[in-house]
Amino acid sequence: MVFLQRNKKPSGAMKTRSLVSITDYTKEKILHILDLASQFEKNPNQDLLKGKIIATLFFEPSTRTRLSFETAVNRLGGRIIGFSDASTTSSSKGETLKDTITMVSNYADLIIMRHPLDGAARYASEVSAVPVINAGDGSNQHPTQTMLDLYSIKKTQGTLENLHITMVGDLKYGRTVHSLLMAMSHFNPSFTFIAPDELRLPDEYKQFCFENGIKYRELSELTDFADADILYMTRVQRERFLDLMEYEKVKNVYTLKNKMLDGTKPNLRVLHPLPRVNEIDTDVDDNEKAYYFQQARNGVYARQAVICDALNVQDKIN
Amino acid sequence: MADSKKELVVVALENGTVIDHIPTDKLFQVVSLLKLDSIDSQLTIGNNLYSSKQGKKGILKITDKFFEPKEINKIALIAPCAKLNIIKNYEVVDKKPLELPDEITEIVKCVNPKCVTNNEPVKTRFHVVDKNNVAIKCCYCERIIQQEDIKIQ
Repeated sequence: MVFLQRNKKPSGAMKTRSLVSITDYTKEKILHILDLASQFEKNPNQDLLKGKIIATLFFEPSTRTRLSFETAVNRLGGRIIGFSDASTTSSSKGETLKDTITMVSNYADLIIMRHPLDGAARYASEVSAVPVINAGDGSNQHPTQTMLDLYSIKKTQGTLENLHITMVGDLKYGRTVHSLLMAMSHFNPSFTFIAPDELRLPDEYKQFCFENGIKYRELSELTDFADADILYMTRVQRERFLDLMEYEKVKNVYTLKNKMLDGTKPNLRVLHPLPRVNEIDTDVDDNEKAYYFQQARNGVYARQAVICDALNVQDKIN
Repeated sequence: MADSKKELVVVALENGTVIDHIPTDKLFQVVSLLKLDSIDSQLTIGNNLYSSKQGKKGILKITDKFFEPKEINKIALIAPCAKLNIIKNYEVVDKKPLELPDEITEIVKCVNPKCVTNNEPVKTRFHVVDKNNVAIKCCYCERIIQQEDIKIQ
């Protein structure tokens, strides 16, 4: 059984320079993008996109992702067209996604899109004449989040190789968890998966770890992360539970408090894709191991890198 | 003796294709999948026939009709145990199990109600990720569908 596979050769999406799923990127490509991101962190304002028009099509609302993409484009000197609310567009009149994408690809040099339907970005990349960057398609993929997670890990640990990553919270539905696991699998990681029974990591991901020789263990309580280099927290969402009693039982068990970081490794950093609700107590925020806000800032550099790669302008980076 | 009679039933075609060992509850789905309800060739449909392996089975005999592997192998999606016999001059010249192609286009519906293929006019496309146990993965929403959940459009 081979349900999940990493990318070993360029897929159709890569031929058009689109980024739809993190598995569109090879290990070499991931490292290349992270290298570009570090160059943008040193020198974020560069006119690499002068004369380029970037369409940001947000068929569903998003704050952080849209703003960080638009910041990235603005820092690169590009111009933005698009919308942040599909109700003001022709799709509310019944226009098909194909027609919207075909039309916009006549106007813009690159499309960045978020859509509520799973697979919408893959479909858009097939019909578009210009590259498409997926900024989230339903509950399926959000590859630039993974790139900023990887960038944050590499920046804080100095390497991506041989790290122990503890993932906490909703490991069943959390798309960031699944994509990060797939991307990290290139770098000989080991994992601890901490989740309530209802939200355990799906079997296909454990099978993937097994087939790729990745060591992991599963726990049901947030107690043991002394060996972690990265503590990747995610939100345990109330609406995921069939039995609300179960939610009430586990919701506080998965709250990280400052005191719990005593005795952890000095290099440990706490990551969270945000928004955080109550899974990280605010008393953690001032701990030097809390990294989630810097992680969000890294999103701009990672997205600058992804955009430049999609438009093949990275050779001009200063 | 009984065996040779059964063999005779199969080779009674002069030329054509016999699809044997079809689960009885899948027989008419196979008919529909291969569009046999609209072909001009002589077609014999047998169902609830005795089978030593399955108890009961279905069988299809299509005169003067030879399918492209790509076309016939689709039925492995719903009847992976079915056997294919190619008959020429009353002889079984080729007898082979079905093998799923690497990719399935259009014929299967994605089970994910939020998949773009269920909400926009998009042709479905699946990668076959497990040929032995039959599991397919939607090329769009990336959902994996096991054989028991496969729905033909």
